[in-house]
Amino acid sequence: MDIKVAGPPASAEEMAAVDELLGPAQSGWQGGTQSPRDQRVAFGGRSARSQRHLLLPALHAIQDRIGWISEGALGYLCARLTIPPADAYGVASGYALLSLEPRPPLTVHVCDDIACLGSGAERLGRELEQRLGPEGKPARPSSGSATWLRGPCLGLCDRAPAALVQQAGVPSRRFETGLAPVSSDEIVALVEGRLSRLEGPQSIPQAGDPGLRLLRRIGVVDPEDLDSYRAAGGYSALRRAFELEPDGVIREVTDSKLLGRGGAAFPTGRKWEAVAKSTVRPRYLVCNADESEPGTFKDRVVMEADPFAVVEAMTIAGYAAGCEKGYLYVRGEYPLARRRIEHAIRQATDRGLLGLDILGRGVSFDIEVRRGGGAYICGEETALFNSIEGKRGEPRNKPPFPVQSGLFGKPTLVNNVETLINILDIVVDGGRAFAATGTADSTGTRLFCLSGAVRRPGLYEVPMGTTLRQLIDLAGGFRGKLQALLLGGAAGNFVTEAQFDLPLTFEATRAAGVTLGSGVVMAFDESVDLQAIVLRIARFFRDESCGQCVPCRVGTVRQEEALIRLVSGRVIGSRERETALLADVNQAMRDASICGLGQTAGSAVESAIRLGLFQPNGGSRR
Amino acid sequence: MSTVLSRATARMVPLQIDGDELQVPEGSTILQACRGRGLDTPTLCYLETLTPVNVCRVCVVEVEGSRVLVPACSRKVEPGMKVKTDSERVRHSRRMVLEFLASSVDLSLTGPAVKGWMDQYGVQPERYGPAAATQAGERDRAHAGHHHPPDPSHAATVRQPVKIDNELYVRDYSKCILCFKCVEACGADAQNTFAITVAGRGFDARISTEFAVGLPQSACVYCGNCIGVCPTGALMFKSEYDMRQAATWDESRQQVTSTICGYCGVGCTLDLHVQDNTIVKVTSPLDHDVTRGHLCIKGRFGFQFVQNREPDSGRPRNPRP
Ligand SMILES: Cc1cc2nc3c(=O)[nH]c(=O)nc-3n(C[C@H](O)[C@H](O)[C@H](O)COP(=O)(O)O)c2cc1C
Ligand code: SF4
Ligand code: FES
Repeated sequence: MDIKVAGPPASAEEMAAVDELLGPAQSGWQGGTQSPRDQRVAFGGRSARSQRHLLLPALHAIQDRIGWISEGALGYLCARLTIPPADAYGVASGYALLSLEPRPPLTVHVCDDIACLGSGAERLGRELEQRLGPEGKPARPSSGSATWLRGPCLGLCDRAPAALVQQAGVPSRRFETGLAPVSSDEIVALVEGRLSRLEGPQSIPQAGDPGLRLLRRIGVVDPEDLDSYRAAGGYSALRRAFELEPDGVIREVTDSKLLGRGGAAFPTGRKWEAVAKSTVRPRYLVCNADESEPGTFKDRVVMEADPFAVVEAMTIAGYAAGCEKGYLYVRGEYPLARRRIEHAIRQATDRGLLGLDILGRGVSFDIEVRRGGGAYICGEETALFNSIEGKRGEPRNKPPFPVQSGLFGKPTLVNNVETLINILDIVVDGGRAFAATGTADSTGTRLFCLSGAVRRPGLYEVPMGTTLRQLIDLAGGFRGKLQALLLGGAAGNFVTEAQFDLPLTFEATRAAGVTLGSGVVMAFDESVDLQAIVLRIARFFRDESCGQCVPCRVGTVRQEEALIRLVSGRVIGSRERETALLADVNQAMRDASICGLGQTAGSAVESAIRLGLFQPNGGSRR
Repeated sequence: MSTVLSRATARMVPLQIDGDELQVPEGSTILQACRGRGLDTPTLCYLETLTPVNVCRVCVVEVEGSRVLVPACSRKVEPGMKVKTDSERVRHSRRMVLEFLASSVDLSLTGPAVKGWMDQYGVQPERYGPAAATQAGERDRAHAGHHHPPDPSHAATVRQPVKIDNELYVRDYSKCILCFKCVEACGADAQNTFAITVAGRGFDARISTEFAVGLPQSACVYCGNCIGVCPTGALMFKSEYDMRQAATWDESRQQVTSTICGYCGVGCTLDLHVQDNTIVKVTSPLDHDVTRGHLCIKGRFGFQFVQNREPDSGRPRNPRP
């Protein structure tokens, strides 16, 4: 493949950013300095092209150093990795956190998604407009060094409103951090260079309760110390797994009847077995930590506060399913989770718990962390594979399923973070003991992300089968008078008081036509403008659609337009005609879209209309 | 050739389409099975010579046991499959896909088959409001994950100025349905040049070069294979575009003459489209085993020498007097 890189040359600093990741260029062909040797040595072929998977890390490297990606920088990167510039541009332009236009080095991403919108994000945005100027432009008091942007959910919903700060620069100067709850005073201070503060406290009311399965180590174990994890029983599961051997581990997982916690509720044991049985090599394990469903923050809390558990669980999964390599794909908006996981991987590798010969058992397994670029769709498993491979984050058609042909076209086991950490107790206590908790068809416990108008928002663990009412009581009940509750996330449904005795299980929610989704329980009191919330959900799907298939690409646009017409009263024809149109759009998105994003893009909207939450002047009772 | 071979040796797979039992060779798609029975199945993003991308979703059918509809163009038949091609759900999704496209894209030059399907499925693009206009360059600069609040009294469209940046072909992306065919033809399915890609996401997704630079600055080699596969007229010979602008383009006055390209030894078949004794464009047949419809810049655009005239007599100029 000939790579034509025209355009302006990269600056020295841009080249340094790429070289920081890839090492210096070996020849003039790779964008380095020309030497006579270049004329005699071939640099191309398969080995050059096989670096495509480094594209997203290299794009991040430039963004981190410079604050945006110029034509010259992209060209240099393409020469280094033998990627056509158009392809690289196509990939980069699909990620919200990457900028292809000049942007100041300090960017404050201010969440205006549903949880924050219910907690003052709108006012925060207006204040920032007044004090810093319009979003996306250089902030007024910063002399061109800072800007702010509105953006989707940052997974800090328990402490809304939230912001993510990214300072680009050389390694010693750059930083990334979440801020929540955040005020305009703090953001202005930051922009003026007067503030540096770390993330706020975690909000895990049950933290460290020894009776819990998933949260018992949280707040007890030092997330940066392997010994502390071991003292709390860490790595006994891996030892037990080695005793059970792969078949034994898979038997326990199957007996546990564990269902995936990432949204699709697929039996975990079946997936593991399918990958383990495959004769193809290599095989891969992927831990899906992309968590971008608005209102969800469970995987973040686990990774930040109990990272060794994730690493140990991945090691067991890799061992049982016979995968030689694991990838953990963490969303780009989670800097602390990423640092903690990377640190845990390093410590585990240093102590022989990862690498070539784990615990002297002749088993080898490695984990590589990959960082998302701001794209909800990359949580869809096949879009996630494409993202790791350096392609556009577009879902693939299924079949073939990941267990047959996944990452790099090889059999791949993909599981959510919460699914994986359940494995630890399953291996130690046995699958049957695990299945004793919960109901017959929904075993174990489940993490729920409570936010909005409850007294104690945060992450909760309850046995499957707990009712919504019990869960809300655990969080201290509602703050103010409840207007509606969103269950399962933006891809979930609104529910009202009549459904509060619904047991939270896969089977009961399915029968009721709702979903547990990613465990979101978001409460809105009467002070919240519910129409604005529903509109924000519609905007979210319009922004996050990958654009590949027509029903979702255009359907999400038509849905948002019709909702705005309903709110503004500028209907075409009549209100009835508009709701019929919305139903038509929703049905086509659900039936004909390629992936779950399009298929669920109308479900929360549909439930809001059905429950009468989206009335002409209802909702805006402020 | 491989299909002929496999047909002879392939096992037959039994399935049901609209209640009728039939057998088709293993490895066939539902679309092939449907077309084999003469069932008119609409397709937009599908082309025999390219890898199916199954993105337009106009070909969807209902398969028993599947929660969602499946794309006929890419889904392989399985033994015992029960397919419905004309159920209420199928008709609804086909109608909506066509409605979504017709309300957001200029389909005026998309072939007559599409107009037929639009009538057949009762498409009403007007019900989303009058078409909205787009400002120059706006779509090229759209940042992923951000969009301006829409004007709800108008239906958003992909309308934008025509891109004319070279002498050989124009790009009118107001007509683009994002079928991915041009990207595939420019890339691994034919030309391996990779000058264009899909950029951006959601409704802002668009066909683009890197940083939307003009074709002369891009890796484009002007093979014109993207024009060859474009089903909507978004990509068009400059000669055709100019004649359409001047209202002189008239297909009823055109003749097609097949010949063999004389530039090299490969021997590609050229179809010369001639109007008023002037070549106005060159294509190659899709089902031709040498070209599969694809050409290079010489065969596709290098025809001007045939028709250079003497300035005074207007007769063809003899290259070797
Ligand atoms: C649009 C979309 C976004 C998704 N995001 C996530 C995610 O952030 N995390 C996750 O674990 N699964 C996500 N999923 C589900 C995954 O595709 C996949 O089912 C899951 O990772 C499988 O793991 P599990 O079996 O452990 O649940 C998403 C699916 C869709 C359609
Ligand atoms: S449903 Fe939406 S997100 Fe999924 S493939 Fe289609 S366009 Fe992309
Ligand atoms: S023709 Fe099948 S999806 Fe487009």
